[in-house]
Amino acid sequence: MSQARARLLRPALGLAGLAVLFGVWEGAVRGGWIQSGFLPAPSSLGPAWLDEVRSGAWVQAIRDSLTHYLTGLVAGSVTGTLVGLLCGALPVLDGLLSGIVRVLRPIPGLAWVPFAILWFGLNTAGATFIIAISVFWINFYAAYGAVRAIDPDLYEVAAAFGHGGFWARLRTVVLPAASPGVLDGLRTGIGQAWMSVVAAELFGVPGIGARMMQASSLLATDLVVVYMLTMALLYAVTDMLFMLVRRRLLGWQG
Amino acid sequence: MAIRETDPASAAEVVVRLENIGLSHDHGHSFILRHVDLEIRAGEFVALLGPSGVGKSTLLRVIMGLVQPSEGQVTLQSRPAQAHRPTAMVFQDAKLMPWRSVRRNVELGLEGLGLNRAERHERAMAALELVGLADRAARWPRQLSGGQRQRVGVARALTVEPDLLLMDEPFGALDAITRASLQCELLDIHTRRQGTVLFVTHDLDEALLLADRIIILHGHPAGVKGDFMVGPRPREGAAVQAMAERMRRLIAGEPDPGADAAYWQASEI
Repeated sequence: MSQARARLLRPALGLAGLAVLFGVWEGAVRGGWIQSGFLPAPSSLGPAWLDEVRSGAWVQAIRDSLTHYLTGLVAGSVTGTLVGLLCGALPVLDGLLSGIVRVLRPIPGLAWVPFAILWFGLNTAGATFIIAISVFWINFYAAYGAVRAIDPDLYEVAAAFGHGGFWARLRTVVLPAASPGVLDGLRTGIGQAWMSVVAAELFGVPGIGARMMQASSLLATDLVVVYMLTMALLYAVTDMLFMLVRRRLLGWQG
Repeated sequence: MAIRETDPASAAEVVVRLENIGLSHDHGHSFILRHVDLEIRAGEFVALLGPSGVGKSTLLRVIMGLVQPSEGQVTLQSRPAQAHRPTAMVFQDAKLMPWRSVRRNVELGLEGLGLNRAERHERAMAALELVGLADRAARWPRQLSGGQRQRVGVARALTVEPDLLLMDEPFGALDAITRASLQCELLDIHTRRQGTVLFVTHDLDEALLLADRIIILHGHPAGVKGDFMVGPRPREGAAVQAMAERMRRLIAGEPDPGADAAYWQASEI
């Protein structure tokens, strides 16, 4: 009973905090502390959202952004994890790539925008590229670090019981032992990719980011906030779905 | 000068033979092990006894094939039996794979032996039964106590039915009570199985309790400095005391007062 109560307490507190934020915000706008042109009151967001839904723009923007998000996320996560795992497991590859990694790593995804436009154009592929790059590095380092942190004794155990070759080690030790670190990287990437979606679309590829730019150029701040909250909601849903999968995969961690 | 007091007339077949084993990590400038000659016969329970850091665990790894010797040769006599491994090791801290259930940990060595899933399952469960943990088969390693984890480590090694079971200070990290009960269980299992065991320890009492034969490894580089047959249980009385004292001196690197005795066996006195 008390355990169930404790489990409910945290989300309840979270909701209470949100309620306070929106309450203070609404009060500040209504009381004239903040001008509504500066920051729209929460109560004005509902109508703005309904208008946007009715026009079909809301669903369309989500659909476009989800396409960029998912393709960029999958491409960046898969390549980043794969290269990270291989670098962690193969010292020669690690050494070979160390210089390249050092050069490319500090370049933020946004810096690639000119090349994304040149190489792919103002389209889905261009936006996907920007998202994939920022997700790539997160997953690369997560997977690389996870492999390097594996207890070397486990390789000896595997070898002692007939799993000494590279592929056998990869299957019996590297992949399962690195999975918590890899999944943490994927989760960070899932959040980072939403931030990159806006960045990738700000330069004109249709989607939530582009819609926010249009709204802000018209000073439709209520619409900007509607899309901010839309992204927060989408992030919450994707993160929750991921955590369900993670819990299933990592039951052994407790 | 090594003392050899094993029974030369023993008829049991040799399971493992080490000839002039040397191990160097710096291309022969210095050696960790040198001139190690050793034969272990089927059914023997041999303790490899020596001070910490002398190279006992390293010697196990050489026998296991995990470390290549710089000199000499290891010959393992493996039965022609199907679906078994010539050697298996019990590690000091169990070293279970935390992402595998208890049963799947035991199955580790069975994978790649050409057994199907049901056969692996059956053999793993039989081994868990042997160490009294069949009811924990579905648990994760983190849900077990240290002693239980080490039992799983023993089951994992036994289930591949090795010709030679290597044990690397398997009970060294356990509390005294758990250690004592696991020692008894191991003896019980050995009596029933009649397998061949090489057990590394730095604890003379543990060696005297468990082993039929005690080999002393000592020196830099380390070599075999004594080889004792231990008589039947209970191992008490003046003769055992005298033998224990000699072993203690050898481990400490002191001169051995009994070294001129050509043939010396506690059981015969």
